[in-house]
Amino acid sequence: MGSLFSQIATVTVMNVRSLPRRLWMSLAMVLASAVVVAILLAFLAMARGFERTMDGAGSEGTAILMREGAASEINSVISREQVNLVEASPGIARDAEGPLVSPELYVIVDGIKKSTDSEANIALRGLNARGMAMRENMQLLEGRLFTPGTNEMIVGAGVLREFDGFAVGDEVRFGKNVWRVVGVFSTSGSAFESELWADVKVIQSLYDRGSSVQTVRAKLENPGDLAPLEKTIEQEPRLNLEVQTEQAYFAGQGKQLQYMAIFGRVISFVMALGALAGALNTMYTSVADRAREIATLRALGFSSFSAFCGTLAEALVLAIAGGLLGSLAAFLFFDGLNASTFGGSFTQVVFRFEMSPDLLLQGAWLALVIGFVSGFFPAWRAARLPVIVAFRNAA
Amino acid sequence: MSEDVLFQLNGVSKHFVRGKEEISIFDNLDMSIERGDFLAIMGPSGSGKTTLLNMLGGVDQPSGGEIHFDGSRVDNLRESELTRWRAHNIGFIFQFYNLMPMLNAARNVELPLLLTKLSRAQRRVSVETALALVGLNDRARHMPNQLSGGQQQRVAIARAIVSDPNLILCDEPTGDLDRKTADEILEMLQLLNREHGKTIVMVTHDPEAARYAKRTVHLDKGRFEQREVAA
Repeated sequence: MGSLFSQIATVTVMNVRSLPRRLWMSLAMVLASAVVVAILLAFLAMARGFERTMDGAGSEGTAILMREGAASEINSVISREQVNLVEASPGIARDAEGPLVSPELYVIVDGIKKSTDSEANIALRGLNARGMAMRENMQLLEGRLFTPGTNEMIVGAGVLREFDGFAVGDEVRFGKNVWRVVGVFSTSGSAFESELWADVKVIQSLYDRGSSVQTVRAKLENPGDLAPLEKTIEQEPRLNLEVQTEQAYFAGQGKQLQYMAIFGRVISFVMALGALAGALNTMYTSVADRAREIATLRALGFSSFSAFCGTLAEALVLAIAGGLLGSLAAFLFFDGLNASTFGGSFTQVVFRFEMSPDLLLQGAWLALVIGFVSGFFPAWRAARLPVIVAFRNAA
Repeated sequence: MSEDVLFQLNGVSKHFVRGKEEISIFDNLDMSIERGDFLAIMGPSGSGKTTLLNMLGGVDQPSGGEIHFDGSRVDNLRESELTRWRAHNIGFIFQFYNLMPMLNAARNVELPLLLTKLSRAQRRVSVETALALVGLNDRARHMPNQLSGGQQQRVAIARAIVSDPNLILCDEPTGDLDRKTADEILEMLQLLNREHGKTIVMVTHDPEAARYAKRTVHLDKGRFEQREVAA
């Protein structure tokens, strides 16, 4: 066993040291692996970042009520009467001021994206102080909260990063209405950071919504327990609403971008096939280039298994080098990268690419697969080639 | 079979098939090589000298006949068995040295010892002894491209003898060297044969080289033309 290990180690060291003889082909294989891994990681990091942003927005302890059949907040309408009925429902937490319920409006406004200098939709959410208090991870980063009854608004940190003209003190015009930015808030990177927040009553007035809202958020007495609210909706014919936890709602919205991960995997698979073709060519060339050495070692008594392992190890070394390079490039260029895309309500959701260790592991696996497949068949040839034929080929 | 016979070839033939044509290299060849022999095989190009040498070394198989080594038949061994047999019994010396370009002289010489159970320290001693025998102890750390042709062939000789094989097979060992260096190499082979009892079979084109052997056989048109004993 020790002898076999020595043989394999020696052949592997020789193969790796001989790489400079095949420098350009070896580099091509490293680069091909690197590109495939980097692309896979970029897509996965994008999908992961978006998913995390959407997941982070939802709380298990908050119920969100929308009109029956509304897929997202933008499609929903809820009357003041319905809000009152919800407030009276059991299962909702209460404090000294009454039920913890936040009737909210959700309208779309335009902003200029810094990255493309083009218009894109932003969500303008109307809510009250109780609504802000229900977002437990909300922090005011700069300035102050808006004053109820005024055209003041606070902007999410994501909006400030991605859009022009939303700094504290700026005046922003949406249609005929002029707003003043008075503060910047964070919600720990969740989707709410992609929104503008203002007083719900002011938005009702400026956008002719009367007393209606689009969603009602309610703090649940027992987190996750929707049964009392569902019973109320079932028994009250005026409540043609659907209820779900906020967490379930945003998780559903986040699923929309799972196609990104699937698309990324498909693209990576197709590119991996191309990289494999190149890598196979590199490894077959390597076997041809080392034919004399392989034949000599076999003549000296080295086993065909050591020739197999040496060639496979060379392919794995090249592919892993490519995988590391691709992972490093993906980490440097994509980790924490700000991006925005359409969320569920036709507004931009700002999120950060998130490169986590498990994604890097997926990249490493892909590199290993490329290395193994591209090395296996040339290694098989190296091992099976009769010594006399190898000598003849090398002559 | 005499106990002194190391190699015995009985009715050995070798044919190649090229397209529909069968080409015979040699047919029904008989030959015996005794322990301690230094045999030169000469003959024109294409006569089958190297093919014969490869068969003796177990890297090529005969189409017919039997090859016995030290009383055991070896032509019917499986590839893995032949590999082990070569590792224990044969040292190879090639025309173009066939050193591993990315290993230094000592590591090249050590290669056959990696197939043994010797410890690293034991291997180091054996390598130093072999390199000393060919007068290259001071070049142990040199890479092959830092050595002259003659020095490279001496490293190859050290590699061939380091595991103390019974038989050394040389394929045109001086074909790539000038006369003076060739004579040095041949003297070394002669020394290994006379002083260390190594059996040597050498294929060569060069009558001067053949003079160093104890006997010479000429292979032509698939037959041994004549046998002679060198001086």
